[in-house]
Amino acid sequence: MNIDFILFLVLALAAIATALGMLLSRNAVYSALFLVLNFAVVAVFYLLLGAPFIAMAQVTVYAGAIMVLFLFVIMLLGADELAPGKALPWQRPLAATLAVVLVIEAAYLLLARGAPSGLVTPPTEYTNSTESLREMALALFGQYLLPFEITSILLLVAMVGAIVLAKQEKGGRR
Amino acid sequence: MVPVNYYIILSAILFTLGALGVLVRRNPLIMFMSIELMLNAANLAMVAFSSVNHSFSGQIFVFFVIAVAAAEVAVGLALIVQIFKSKHTINVDDVNSLKG
Repeated sequence: MNIDFILFLVLALAAIATALGMLLSRNAVYSALFLVLNFAVVAVFYLLLGAPFIAMAQVTVYAGAIMVLFLFVIMLLGADELAPGKALPWQRPLAATLAVVLVIEAAYLLLARGAPSGLVTPPTEYTNSTESLREMALALFGQYLLPFEITSILLLVAMVGAIVLAKQEKGGRR
Repeated sequence: MVPVNYYIILSAILFTLGALGVLVRRNPLIMFMSIELMLNAANLAMVAFSSVNHSFSGQIFVFFVIAVAAAEVAVGLALIVQIFKSKHTINVDDVNSLKG
């Protein structure tokens, strides 16, 4: 029972609790705020796993940009609580059953078919140094240069797509 | 030192909660958030494996996944706003016809 394990346990409980909070909140704004908390907890996990750059990218991109966009759209549409629609009555129990099946399947595949082994390395002075960041940048702009360029094109296409979708057509009514 | 199994089990639990959210909730915004939760669970598994193998590849994959998630959210939310404009509701149970 060392300090790393206790830290992992507390953070894992926090991550699962915030995910459940997001799932069960009636109000979409609460869901979004629970998800921000969940992303922050996962960012702390990344720090514990020795990935400080990914942790910071997680906080700025996910918890910052993406969730602000979500909150903006929720408040723009006034969609924080939906009126009940024509829901299928048998859908919820079926979904819960399927989720349980998914967990059992994942646990079976994980534990019966050769569990992954090894210990994660706690962050060292090296992983949190600029030296390690330089290594990662060399890999990103060397070995992974083509995927990086494709990502830039993808972001451009997404930006154009969002503008085209949001643009009002000339003449007012569509 | 925590075994990598624990991280993978946590990732599986978070992924299942995300899948459950997509299946159960009727608000497309919350379904989108559940998709983000699933992507995040996969990212956690990749960073854990990258930490075990002392390799940067997993972390770089996570970086790409974050970029793709940002693109997905930008387009998806624009689609939801357009659906709301034409249907005046975004409840997925009421958005069931092909006609705009």
